[in-house]
Amino acid sequence: MAKAPADLDVLRSRFGPHLNYTPPGGWQAEHPQQEMLVKTHCCFCGQQCGIQLKVRDNRVTGFEPWEDFPFNHGMLCPKGVKRYLQGNHPDRLLDPLLRTADGFRDATWNEALDFTAQRLREVQEKYGPDAVAVYGGASLTTEKSYLLGKFARVALGTRHIDYNGRLCMVSAGTAYKGALGVDRAPNPWSDIPKAEVLFIIGANVGECAPITTDYVWRARDNGATLIVVDPRFTPIARNTDLYLPVRPGTDLALLMGMLHVIIRDGLIERDFIGAHTTGFEKTEHSVAPWNPRRAAEVSGVAPEAIENAAHLVGESRRVMFLHARGLEHQSKGADNCEAVVAMALATGNIGREGAGPVMITGQGNGQGGREHGQKCDQLPGQRSLTDPAARQHVAEVWGISADELPGPGYTAVEIMNAIHSGEIKGLLSICFNPLVSLPDANFTREALEKLEFLGVIDFFLSETAAHADVVLAGSLQEEEEGVTANVEARVIHIQKAVDPPGNARLDSEIICDLARRLGRGEFFPFQEPREIFEELRLASRGGHADYYGITYEKIDRQKGVFWPCPSLDHPGTPRLFEDGRFFHPDGKARFMSLAWRDSGDPVDAEFPVYLTTGRVVSQYLSGTQTRRIGALVDQYPEPKLEIHPRLAEQYGIATGDWVKITSRRSAIVLQAMVVRTIRPDTVFIPYHWPDDRSANRLTHRTLDPRSKIPEYKVSACRLERSAAPGGRA
Amino acid sequence: MFGMEFYVDPSRCIGCQSCLKACEECDTHRGVSMINFDFVDRKDTIATAAYVCWHCDNPTCAQVCPADAIKKYDDGIVGSSLKPRCIACSNCVLACPFGIPKLVPQYEQMMKCDMCYDRTSVGKRPMCATVCPSQALAYVTPETIAAMRREKPVNTFWFGNQKITTKVYMMAPADADEIAIDVADYIWEGENGLVPQAF
Repeated sequence: MAKAPADLDVLRSRFGPHLNYTPPGGWQAEHPQQEMLVKTHCCFCGQQCGIQLKVRDNRVTGFEPWEDFPFNHGMLCPKGVKRYLQGNHPDRLLDPLLRTADGFRDATWNEALDFTAQRLREVQEKYGPDAVAVYGGASLTTEKSYLLGKFARVALGTRHIDYNGRLCMVSAGTAYKGALGVDRAPNPWSDIPKAEVLFIIGANVGECAPITTDYVWRARDNGATLIVVDPRFTPIARNTDLYLPVRPGTDLALLMGMLHVIIRDGLIERDFIGAHTTGFEKTEHSVAPWNPRRAAEVSGVAPEAIENAAHLVGESRRVMFLHARGLEHQSKGADNCEAVVAMALATGNIGREGAGPVMITGQGNGQGGREHGQKCDQLPGQRSLTDPAARQHVAEVWGISADELPGPGYTAVEIMNAIHSGEIKGLLSICFNPLVSLPDANFTREALEKLEFLGVIDFFLSETAAHADVVLAGSLQEEEEGVTANVEARVIHIQKAVDPPGNARLDSEIICDLARRLGRGEFFPFQEPREIFEELRLASRGGHADYYGITYEKIDRQKGVFWPCPSLDHPGTPRLFEDGRFFHPDGKARFMSLAWRDSGDPVDAEFPVYLTTGRVVSQYLSGTQTRRIGALVDQYPEPKLEIHPRLAEQYGIATGDWVKITSRRSAIVLQAMVVRTIRPDTVFIPYHWPDDRSANRLTHRTLDPRSKIPEYKVSACRLERSAAPGGRA
Repeated sequence: MFGMEFYVDPSRCIGCQSCLKACEECDTHRGVSMINFDFVDRKDTIATAAYVCWHCDNPTCAQVCPADAIKKYDDGIVGSSLKPRCIACSNCVLACPFGIPKLVPQYEQMMKCDMCYDRTSVGKRPMCATVCPSQALAYVTPETIAAMRREKPVNTFWFGNQKITTKVYMMAPADADEIAIDVADYIWEGENGLVPQAF
């Protein structure tokens, strides 16, 4: 049925979000002598900082910095500091839930799993195997991601499985795969302080990848020049040598203008281009009309600044390019990233210490979660689902015939579109809260309400789970062993610190039990995550993301192993392309044609203001976890509208005033924060909140045609002062 | 920890408040954060500043305490008020030129940064400087700071005529030997150099 219960207040009083402020037993409880320290990693964001969790009586009671871990040396952002408070939380689901007329009731596991398997089978028998879709998530361990991909294709036999990484960095993945042959940041983070020039575009490093700030500042300490491109003057912009306040959605014009100058002024590295790349003339031809004047008119960045940036980049042979969602969340996200890669290739800034383009992956296992088969077109090892040899290899590891493997399915937003259109009738979702995180939230709600069956595996009742027919109480990151790959593609070991509380179960057990009930248990014999990892090693063997040479013990010994790691005696690969060979069959990197096109939601007289969305440092993704941690909520309790005083003055808006923000989809009312740190033609709203505070009620479903990433960073809106929404002052 | 000193560099601060959150996880004052954190002027800038107690060589807070409740230890650390002595009068809160001490109502006591005495006394770094993702708060050796940073550590401050030297260092431009806070330097005196008369 998938409609949320009518009385949301009753639901909230039982399932939250409530705020947890104190460790188990309160602040004064002290039993340090009985506390054990578990070396593991933070669950929030792709930095995957090393952290030691304090454990007592099967509860996580606090943390201790892990100073020996080489990526973060003990450093943590506030999310990491307070992450332990998601355990022992009053909202935690302790039993499976079955939907009743007015809410949910606790169920036994047999009841809940039988019901789930029966409904999935019924929907597939009635409408065909592809009428059921599976949603996964990039906060899952790599074992769970791998298992989910296998579950969708082998147990359910559906072609529709995709994950919330589709909302993260897939445009960068598409660009890197196309240009360089592999989807991975080519350089380890230890290269950043070695760079002479850091070109940071569309990456609010201080708030979204806080630990990376230390690498950036160390580069500055060493004398590096820092260039920051962003519509907002973000915390790292405070020390920038050159700040380029790009208009939302026009990064490509800026980048083409820079490439134009680099080529015009002979700053390219001809020998490198000739020896290691193909297609340079395509890029050269594309950027020929983009002189700095034209680039400036589109991007809102001064022509002199574009010239200056181009020379800083073009004249150095130790440039690192860092980019994140600002560049990637656009309907031309892949093109944007290709332009950055083209700049790196044209200047020979790749494959060396302190030189290379890198994406700053955002989600916990943003890298590892996209390598082993929960993407709609992919098999383990970053293999293509349409490659006959890849199908044969994986089918053999799985013990099935390659013919049984479904073909590529829809991407995350396309799955929701197909639910809305009635093509997909059933959905099993884990680690995904589409009602908050997908664009155009009202559309998402309509779609969910049309589902004939919605099953959710989660540890809290997310806004999406409130629509479910059955909720299977799953596990937190610290409750199940596994691996993730951090932003550098360093594979790291997630330790199990505690057991799931109450009757909650491990995610991997739930998935395997469902497979058994679907009659496919023989392909899911796993007793523990280590067994899943062993199979994953084989399945990934020979692929680009080759994990064959990685073991849990090797990760512990080396404090992480960078893939590819093809054999047990291989140390791993921190830096790619050092031999000048790229991952295409001919070993050459590819330049692409670049073409300008407008945003999918252009500003006009009726909607004259750019709206861009993003994160705040104290919240993570859709907030399912972080909106339940008191100290993090207190830091930034409600979404605010950031607006420049010049724009605010036009509407008579002062800090604290309520403002109605209307897009072509919907309207929400938020309080204004008037700041000079944003372009005067642009407003910003963070997206972590649901319902009438949801930025994604305003965003649109236009996708990048190749990577299918939504255009969260560019919408059009209009503003007006408003009365406070119901019940607020 | 032997040989380590504390360095504060607000120009590195990204406003994440990790220090603020981590401080209250310290075992001696669980649930109470001793970090001072400010948005300098959010309307005009993203600049933020997080800082700890400066641990003065001759602490004003201790000088003005009528109950002799604030002690400086042999290693230069100035502690929180001693609970049995503190009368919660707020003299120290008012007198500290850096604005560090805070009266904590639930304990009826002045509490402030004691440089994680529980941690530093057993060879660990203070919690805030350990977690700080931008190393705006750093606890390292003087050799390390000299090798790594372009800015210069300064621990002499002038507040009007009061000269204060501290255990904690502020990172200042390379040509600065001391930091002088004179309000007169910040007054706009009008285009003719005259202070406009308001009356």
